[in-house]
Amino acid sequence: MTGRAPRLLAGLLAACLAGSSAPAGDMLDKRSGADFMSPENRAMQADDMSNPGMFAVLDGEELWNRPEGANGRSCAGCHGEAATSMRGVATRYPAFDERSGRPIDLAGRIGECRRTRQEASPLPHESPELIALTAYVAHQSRGMPISPPQDERLAQFRENGRRLYERRIGQLDLSCASCHDARWGERLGGSVMPQGHPTAYPLYRLEWQAVGSLQRRLRNCMIGVRAEAFAFGAPELIELELYLMERAAGLTVETPGVRP
Amino acid sequence: MRWWNSLCVLAMLAPPAAAEPLRPYVVEGDAITRSLTGRPGDAENGRRLVMDRHRSLCILCHAAPLPDPHLQGTLAPTLAGAGSRLSEGQIRLRVVDMKRLVPDSIMPAYYRTGGLAQVAASFRDRPILTAEEIEDVVAFLVTLKE
Repeated sequence: MTGRAPRLLAGLLAACLAGSSAPAGDMLDKRSGADFMSPENRAMQADDMSNPGMFAVLDGEELWNRPEGANGRSCAGCHGEAATSMRGVATRYPAFDERSGRPIDLAGRIGECRRTRQEASPLPHESPELIALTAYVAHQSRGMPISPPQDERLAQFRENGRRLYERRIGQLDLSCASCHDARWGERLGGSVMPQGHPTAYPLYRLEWQAVGSLQRRLRNCMIGVRAEAFAFGAPELIELELYLMERAAGLTVETPGVRP
Repeated sequence: MRWWNSLCVLAMLAPPAAAEPLRPYVVEGDAITRSLTGRPGDAENGRRLVMDRHRSLCILCHAAPLPDPHLQGTLAPTLAGAGSRLSEGQIRLRVVDMKRLVPDSIMPAYYRTGGLAQVAASFRDRPILTAEEIEDVVAFLVTLKE
């Protein structure tokens, strides 16, 4: 057994030098998933004419201006130009929702606005319309740094998100942290393990051949470790997002992103 | 002396219905010397299992002297030379339940159903591989002499 000690020491030293074992909050080398992509995929994201996520943004713009519900009001009817009124909003979500006393994500806020202001029928999770509206609103923050609100009321939910992030689940007994904190940059099968920062949602995933939400992505990972995935809209998924956005603070919003 | 360097006898509890109950095994030091089935495994089937990206998942994390190296992971040490570095019994314990040796290892226990949280219904109370499959994998890994 003594033969292992030098190797273990060398490994620890290498991990320290690489900075890859730093705790989440103070990650030294925070990097968007885009940094780990092929040049082709990066180019696809960078060019609005080839980024498939822009179709969702354009659909979202149309929906933004379309009167809906019993009130016959559009989003623009109250909020005006999204380029002005929605600028920077996505950098601050999830935010504290006074009505429910809980954090709410951007898609949830759009749903609430539809329900209470427009008196329109709810849009299902992951529906093209909700994805499009969320993508359009988040797109107004593209290029801005993620800046989570310093709202004390969010603290306990963010802390729960951290616990969920670090909790091993499923038959494979893995936590998010097992891979995305401790082993980013390594390869899982043929894919490079990113740090797992939600900088670009909703985003176009080649694997999905569709634009989808962070919740869809989180559920994919849970199913991957053979765990019971939280349902769309579950408080746990919003708490996870709350923690992830804090962890990603300072990185730039990319919506709509492209990922493999 | 390492904490696991004592003779441990595991009396596994039978999971409810569906899945076949886990077979008991004896841990000696850092090894399970005896085959879980009482028979040697089939190395050729073990090779197929190790390559299987959906069932055993081995090469998602480990590189191995097998086809398509660009689709093999680097999250864990290479399996090349495993049969030179470790005895058959040491390999068996590492496949069955690596966390007995390294509690914070990311390697799943391939022959354990307890101590897990939020397991999806279709995998609940089932080990990742059956006792026969574990033996096949072990039989293949001991052939990897580097």
